[in-house]
Amino acid sequence: MTTNGLLQIALYLAALLLLAKPLGSFMARVHQGQRTWLHPLLGPVERWIYRLLGIDPSQEMGWKHYTLAVLLFSIAGMALLYALQRLQGFLPLNPQGFGAVSPDSSFNTAASFLTNTNWQGYGGESTMSYLTQMLGMTVQNFLSPAVGMAVLVAFIRGLARPTASAIGNFWVDLTRSLLYILLPLSLLLALILVSQGVVQNLSPYATATLVQPLVDAQGNPVLQQTLPLGPAASQVAIKQLGSNGGGFFNVNSAHPFENPTPLSNFLEMLAILLIPAALCYTFGRMVGDTRQGWALMAAMTVVFVAMIAVSYAAEAAGNPRLASLGIDQTATALAPGGNMEGKELRFGVASTALWAAVTTAGSNGAVNAMHDSLTPLGGMVTMVLMQLGEVIFGGVGSGLYGMLAFVLVAVFVSGLMVGRTPEYLGKKIEAYEIKMASLLILIMPITVLGLTALGVVTAAGKASIFNPGPHGFSEVFYAFTSMGNNNGSAFAGLAANTPFYNLLGGLAMLISRFWLIVPTLALAGSLVRKKRVESSAGTLPTHTPLFIGWLVVIVLLVGALNFLPALALGPIVEHLLLAM
Amino acid sequence: MGAPLVNKENNRTMRTLIRPTVVALALLVLLTGVVYPLTVTALAQLIMPRQANGSLVQRAGVVVGSELIGQAFDDPRYFWGRPSATAPFPYNGAASSGSNLGPSNAALTAAAQARLDALQAANAALGLTVALPVPVDLVTASASGLDPHISPAAAAYQTPRVAAARGLSEAQVRALVEQHTAGRQFGLLGEPRVDVLELNLALDGLQ
Repeated sequence: MTTNGLLQIALYLAALLLLAKPLGSFMARVHQGQRTWLHPLLGPVERWIYRLLGIDPSQEMGWKHYTLAVLLFSIAGMALLYALQRLQGFLPLNPQGFGAVSPDSSFNTAASFLTNTNWQGYGGESTMSYLTQMLGMTVQNFLSPAVGMAVLVAFIRGLARPTASAIGNFWVDLTRSLLYILLPLSLLLALILVSQGVVQNLSPYATATLVQPLVDAQGNPVLQQTLPLGPAASQVAIKQLGSNGGGFFNVNSAHPFENPTPLSNFLEMLAILLIPAALCYTFGRMVGDTRQGWALMAAMTVVFVAMIAVSYAAEAAGNPRLASLGIDQTATALAPGGNMEGKELRFGVASTALWAAVTTAGSNGAVNAMHDSLTPLGGMVTMVLMQLGEVIFGGVGSGLYGMLAFVLVAVFVSGLMVGRTPEYLGKKIEAYEIKMASLLILIMPITVLGLTALGVVTAAGKASIFNPGPHGFSEVFYAFTSMGNNNGSAFAGLAANTPFYNLLGGLAMLISRFWLIVPTLALAGSLVRKKRVESSAGTLPTHTPLFIGWLVVIVLLVGALNFLPALALGPIVEHLLLAM
Repeated sequence: MGAPLVNKENNRTMRTLIRPTVVALALLVLLTGVVYPLTVTALAQLIMPRQANGSLVQRAGVVVGSELIGQAFDDPRYFWGRPSATAPFPYNGAASSGSNLGPSNAALTAAAQARLDALQAANAALGLTVALPVPVDLVTASASGLDPHISPAAAAYQTPRVAAARGLSEAQVRALVEQHTAGRQFGLLGEPRVDVLELNLALDGLQ
């Protein structure tokens, strides 16, 4: 580890925490229907949208109505994305002439982008037409985080409102998330990314005459290099900001046209956690006590910083098997050192290790390095961050409502210890709430572990494994961890574009998204009906360091109990093998 | 609370949801899938056409690459970039890919050893002995397979070979390397790096 590396990480954390309050209070204003500086420009557009939808924005919905709207809108979006992929051969804006994507891959990709996972079994530059990328991928990159944010603000209203029945209007929450938050931020980021060299055009791929001609694996001469182009910057911006993570190109943000400079890398990384972190502050504002938001952010930051430390230390230490060959892995002013397999030189070890933690904490899944080639402990950090349920910042909206489920459990368990009825923000937490919170927390490990088991015992599952030994197990485990938590990153050696992984993974993504959204909204519906009880001497304050520590313990304990045995079979045993 | 999600009342709700669903999807597809990317494209093409179109590098009017995308070099007269795992030939711009070899995979160690041997053999063929160790970035495959950069240490390791193969002095080559070395961005972000394609074009330009 170097001073410069630690400085880069410190700068990142500082930027993230400093931006949380201004953006968080802006988002709170937007979702509470207050005017912002964007309203003179976008207010008319917003009203025009409501008129076309034929809705009255002041008409709020109960939780079931809200849930139906979410589900119906999602099903329609998924159908559209599926159709676009199957029909792209007949549609315009396809300069490379790509044909239809296979049915199982189309299903997987539709489920993937709909659920904010952005797992990719395909390589973008060799599969998808510009039209599919724009109307399919880019659109879902916007809609899925907007849906996540809508569900979160509905849930927050459930906590914030005393004795009410409505939790908001889905169409209004959706429209406002897009219009005032996601679109302006994306436009800004996209243009900065272009200035760094991210491509943005509608031209066919360029060709260059090679400076030194080559021969390929079959002995044929290669005289030219294809340079893939396309509307990348616009998609990369929202892929980062919306916790999507699906790359425009096959290697995602490791591709020089998708992430060309250390500055683009820093901004793309910041964009991953920007909204999820700021939503903690939005939450505090909307429940009328910003300390509650800071407490959640503190709990997330504690776990996050510990994970970054492990990730950076492991990657900087390098690979012991290479050290003996006469290869220099020490970091100096002239060389990055460390484990450079699967990493890009311009990023080096520090900002790659940081990115790996950021993208898995944030439910994003964009990568700037090949996670399959991370050291065993570096790889384990990425898996653990997902297996905690994507609540360490997590996805846009989904991270915070996941964390709030853990908060309810933490409040409940501490209530049991002292024999008092637990309450959170003045709302009594009773059997129904705990049932829903348990569903939220337990569905994920069942999906992930069940499918991993299936993957390593069936021939169809094992056939896709690339690396031998415990690392092969890690590939399957990572795949279902990623899809089962709507992350989308991969140990990409696994040949996942097969019917087995496409279909089961598609199912896992749908379960982990919608089986969580429904109980979350049900919780909102139940909480919103409750009256607010005044806090008393017996109330557990939920903004203190004691509670923050307690919440961290609950999150880590549930994660460890669920996943430690499986981690022992993969990264832990591989680490021990390497050290031998 | 216990009522099922699908009942008569909800069926009525469902009907009131159909128009907003269809219209919202159509409208938002238009806004986020057409208006937004086209706005970005128009602004990018207007303000920064060079970057927006791939930062292409030309030599005598011919496009010879992009300053952001690496190319394969194995001639001793050129600096070599990072190993590339793209198929079916290295630095295939149409199919970016890493090796995905795990840290404990014997194939990873073998690939690094083979690369190290090739580097040393190229030195030996010119009657040079360059002492080990080799900087790690020169023997490990990049994530994209298109990494345009090597570390200044990896350039220094190759300087004697390139100078000998071209009949230049090491000082001349070293000066050229320095010209094509970029420091950390703002002195802080990322890593110091040498753009291999630009350096090699500059070498060709010398003669």
